[in-house]
Amino acid sequence: MSNTNQFTRRSLLKTAGGLALASGLSAPSVLSAQTSDVIRIGHLTPRTGFLGPLGEYGVMAIDLAVEEINAAGGMMGRKVELLKEDSINPQTASTKAERMIERDKVACIIGEISSASCLTIAQVATRNKTLFINTGGNSDALRGKDCQRYMFHVESQNSMYVKTVGRSFLRDGLVKGKKWYSLTADYAFGHDLLSVSKRFMQANGGNFAGDDLVPTDATDFSAYLLKIREAKPDLVVINLAGNQITNFLKQYAEFGLTFPVGGFGFDTALAWAAGKGNFVGTWPVVWHHLLDTPGSKAFVAAFTKKYNKPPENQAWGDYIATKIVAQSINELKSAESPKIIEHLEKGAKFDLLKTRPGYFRASDHQLMHEMYAVTALPADKIKNQWDIFSSSPAVPGPDEPLEVIASTAEENVCKFPS
Amino acid sequence: MSAMLLTQQILNGLLDGVYYLLIALGLSLIFSLGGIVNLAHGAFYAIGAYLTLVISPYLGFGGAFVVAPVVVALLGVVIERTLFRRFYRSDPILSLLLTFGLAMVAEQALRMIFGAPPLSYSIPPALRGQVAIGSFIYSFYRVVLLGIAVACVVGLWVLLQKTSFGRVVRAGVQNPDMVGALGISLQPYMSVVAALGIGLAGLAGVLLAPIYSIHPAMGQEIITPAFVVVVIGGLGSFWGVVIAALLVGLVKGVMVGIGYSAASTAAIYLLMLLVLLFRPRGLFGERIMRFE
Repeated sequence: MSNTNQFTRRSLLKTAGGLALASGLSAPSVLSAQTSDVIRIGHLTPRTGFLGPLGEYGVMAIDLAVEEINAAGGMMGRKVELLKEDSINPQTASTKAERMIERDKVACIIGEISSASCLTIAQVATRNKTLFINTGGNSDALRGKDCQRYMFHVESQNSMYVKTVGRSFLRDGLVKGKKWYSLTADYAFGHDLLSVSKRFMQANGGNFAGDDLVPTDATDFSAYLLKIREAKPDLVVINLAGNQITNFLKQYAEFGLTFPVGGFGFDTALAWAAGKGNFVGTWPVVWHHLLDTPGSKAFVAAFTKKYNKPPENQAWGDYIATKIVAQSINELKSAESPKIIEHLEKGAKFDLLKTRPGYFRASDHQLMHEMYAVTALPADKIKNQWDIFSSSPAVPGPDEPLEVIASTAEENVCKFPS
Repeated sequence: MSAMLLTQQILNGLLDGVYYLLIALGLSLIFSLGGIVNLAHGAFYAIGAYLTLVISPYLGFGGAFVVAPVVVALLGVVIERTLFRRFYRSDPILSLLLTFGLAMVAEQALRMIFGAPPLSYSIPPALRGQVAIGSFIYSFYRVVLLGIAVACVVGLWVLLQKTSFGRVVRAGVQNPDMVGALGISLQPYMSVVAALGIGLAGLAGVLLAPIYSIHPAMGQEIITPAFVVVVIGGLGSFWGVVIAALLVGLVKGVMVGIGYSAASTAAIYLLMLLVLLFRPRGLFGERIMRFE
């Protein structure tokens, strides 16, 4: 018994010591928050869990962006200091956002991948009148019924993903009169994407064969694959996220299923992880490393030099969001969120490393920009582990307005709470 | 849904359970003998998967299959000798904290060495393809996997039931003081048990690397269901763990099969709750005095 007590006391002392040490370490940042020679930017994104692998690309990219911004003179001549945290889940995300804004006085928060966490961060951001730029949450609801004046979206909404890759499905004759079966990630993003997919497929004459909601921690897809084989669909639609997509692709190949596959949401890193021969189908992306524009080539070169691997779409999102913030602050000579928001709402144009510049739509704060559909290359045409797909031309085409792939005001109503 | 598909889902669910078994048996053994709740068990599974990536380019999948579990087992012995050993007689909460920390260290180490993005690895060409068992078409690789897993389970059972080594281990689970009084030191046995249990987790990592996403946190994904299996099966019971693993796989598979996939994860916790309500020591848990 005395033994146990001793242990408890000792561990208690250790814990107290650890806490003292931790608070000691954080004290300097509290003090320096008073000084004005730096501009702080907060970065929140999931770095663990099923979206963690993607978040890591966001972290690498924002580090690179801040490095480049500081090398070019910072923001308004002040050095940019980046505060990065693992957002973990919606509750933790909102707590950390609160702390970044109140204690660390960040100029804005950039990041996120989970649509559920985007919502909680946006609520904190709006309450504190601080800009939040979403770089990875796709759900239409974030630009619709849950839209917030202080939240902007560099990441495309689900509607844009669906309409981009939907063009490829229509072209390949996989929609009209055809039977589609879907697997959906069982959280905010997946549910939202499923309803947008249903709207698109129904409008274009597709027949819905069935859907399975997949828990986010699912690793084994064999039970789903048996159902798909039984259903014999003409198109398998994957509305999954994160590691789910890699697990699905590896096991789809393992079970030898050959129904055409496509997805309405995607990240290149997941295809790289599935690997040559396992990666199949046609998928939408906001950006990919094979884009033939000077801006993209420079970004790919700088990223590859720093990290020994090419960037993927999530890296583009965090990189470009940071560049947009830097450009806006430098042009406005102000880091105040309301001023930046006014600037963005007025339709300021930004170079997005693509063929056309982009702008934020004032009605829902969604970035209007070109997207791409990528299709897996057959195994014998693959030269290295990264270049495993071919890309469609930019969607929308050069003669179309950028807004054609976005949701219409009727499809997705956004009324900013005043 | 057709009866055929239901049968397929039941068989597939049982097969799925076998993967948990490889993890859960080691967990159960280490807890039963040493009283260590090894939260780092999943990390050894992840290390096994990553070692497969490292070893395959030189020795192929076959080489990784032999070498990786041995390396992981040796790592297990080192951890047992240096860390676990200090906690056998102390409050389980301390070893829980230790292994929780160990799991985080291991995951972060994998992240630092191999990077956070998932890495690719495919089934070796010789093991690809489908087999038809009657009208049930199934992945050939998973049939191979099943064969290996069953061999491991039978091997472990023979070792525990039919050898003098096994008799000492089983006696040690029931009454370590009496074993000590008979002049037998349990320490070397504990090292072997750790090597076996942790080596099995490493083996599971090798076997699942070709079909699951390989990323630093993959250990976390498997550890929770494995614990559920141990709890349902009951401590100290070999067959309890086996049956619990099959049951967990079955419940998950059938939930997906009948269209309640969203509740497939919740269902195994519900199963655990029900089992604990009616049998607090698990299905076949033995009465072990020092854990009462």
